Amino acid sequence: MLEVRYRTARALPLGRPETTAPDRSGILIRPADAEARLTLRVRDPGRSAADLLLDRPINTVAGDEGRWIARLGPDEWLIGTAEYEADALAATIAADLAGKAHALVDISHRNVGIDLSGAHAAIALNAGCPLDLGEAGFPEGSATRTLLGKAEIVLIRRPGPSPRYRVECWRSFATYVHGFLQEAAFGVGHGE
Amino acid sequence: MLLIACPYCGNRPETEFRCGGQAHIARPADPTALDDDAWSAHLFVRANPRGIHAERWCHAHGCGRWFNALRDTVSDRFLETYPVGAQPSRSIETEARA
Repeated sequence: MLEVRYRTARALPLGRPETTAPDRSGILIRPADAEARLTLRVRDPGRSAADLLLDRPINTVAGDEGRWIARLGPDEWLIGTAEYEADALAATIAADLAGKAHALVDISHRNVGIDLSGAHAAIALNAGCPLDLGEAGFPEGSATRTLLGKAEIVLIRRPGPSPRYRVECWRSFATYVHGFLQEAAFGVGHGE
Repeated sequence: MLLIACPYCGNRPETEFRCGGQAHIARPADPTALDDDAWSAHLFVRANPRGIHAERWCHAHGCGRWFNALRDTVSDRFLETYPVGAQPSRSIETEARA
């Protein structure tokens, strides 16, 4: 059963990620590898669960690239981790939140990640995302659910001085979101 | 772009929100005691003021939470947003005096 689950999870809608050189816009758009994601809903979370910080401000992300947790609302978190760790992490979180009413659901099959980097990445995102992505409005470590064109995404800005973003969208939106970002980056490169 | 101040997320673009109609409508405690006119009034009859209106809004493509807002239906200006269950700090009367 486990083998079947992970084999289906690895069939990525955008294909295997390739390492390509950034085009003249300097924006590198790369589909992320298969990752496990969990969504956690709990009203009164306490400080942390499975060493993931739950008491951070709304619309921020904590952790590193291997295992991150984004707080999307007062009672909602999105957790990403390596694919093989999904079951163990879910069990640890559930054990830490034992006794509290909570919902922890594995949504790895639903989410697709796309990584964006480059000095002008925010310009490409702003082609479809109405948020203020400047340093003051969306500093490193920010994460929020928002819109990109017609699709709902979760936008995460990774910690670090150079802009690196993760766009998380639903699987059925993945080709649309990926194409949208590629066209937007193409426009950035030719506008200068 | 019209910005709406979500009580949880701060100023966000209008496209992330959904309007849920008039706010502060209390469901009758005992619907079976009402006649058809009173029940239909509760279900269907809403205020449609020219001026300040209390509305429910949902940050659907954001934190996903419902909240209330005072909006001027003439200028489309949001006077105030506040969480569900709270009361606004201003009313139609105080705004009319200001």
